Amino acid sequence: MELDKIERLLEKYFEADTTVAEEKLLQRYFSKDDIPENLQQYVALFKFMDNAKEERFSKEVVLEPETRGAGNSLYKWMSIAAAVMLMFGVYLGKNYYDEKELEQQQALYAYNETKKALDMLSHNMERGTEKIGYLNEFVVAKEKIYNKK
Amino acid sequence: MQQADFLKIVGPFQDKLFRLAKRLLVSREEAEDATQEILLKLWAKNKSIEQYKSVEAFAMTMTKNFCLDRLKSKQAGNLKLVHTNYEEKGSLLQKKIEANDSVKWVQKIMEDLPEQQKMVLQLRDVEEYDYDEIANMLEMKPTAVRVALSRARKTVRDKLIKKHSYGIG
Repeated sequence: MELDKIERLLEKYFEADTTVAEEKLLQRYFSKDDIPENLQQYVALFKFMDNAKEERFSKEVVLEPETRGAGNSLYKWMSIAAAVMLMFGVYLGKNYYDEKELEQQQALYAYNETKKALDMLSHNMERGTEKIGYLNEFVVAKEKIYNKK
Repeated sequence: MQQADFLKIVGPFQDKLFRLAKRLLVSREEAEDATQEILLKLWAKNKSIEQYKSVEAFAMTMTKNFCLDRLKSKQAGNLKLVHTNYEEKGSLLQKKIEANDSVKWVQKIMEDLPEQQKMVLQLRDVEEYDYDEIANMLEMKPTAVRVALSRARKTVRDKLIKKHSYGIG
């Protein structure tokens, strides 16, 4: 009767219809020594699965907590700081450049204004001298009159 | 998270990670390297580890993906492991495990299964996870897990029966 049950379980097992508990039952059954001849071929299968559970991970894993973590974060912060400094530097540089530019523009404007003022001055001066030319004419005419006498 | 806490979380299932890796990669050394790598990866993200519902399932999925990648790159590099002449130089336990010739035969049959069936068989018959857990770990549908499992078990059975009747005859 037990054999009957085992055979039924085996059938379910190969259809993947067994529960974990039923599979444990099979496992236990096949770990016994007196397995009937017609089930012998399954012994190796269950023994293999049973043995496979025994395998252990034996390698020592070295976790480097503080040093690795700290190193990582230090590096991270350093790069962030460097990036910030760079951006700040660019910003300052741009400001400085803008200031210079503005100064130059102002200087150019002042120069142009001054030039304009001087131009106006010289223009007016010229007009003044023109008028003085007429005065000269008067002197010449006067000379003529005097010389005729 | 402190180192000790991490080890407490990882401790109960690191052997399972290793066994899954070994099922896929076959070589003990490679499986150990893979397991180590996965543990280190987990450790590296130990801050976010708590947000996962099940670290174990997450680690299993990582192991699966890692090993499949390994296998893929190995195949691409034409460096496929030759299973048949791979000699296990393991512990005393290892010798005990493989003492039985037909158990060794099962091992060989398992090695010839497709990766997915290997994993399903490993997670069910060795690690005794239920279907939903396996589906979650392998990113499959539970029904697909059942189908793959049934197929894998039957393949192993058929080859064993063949071998068995040869042995008798």
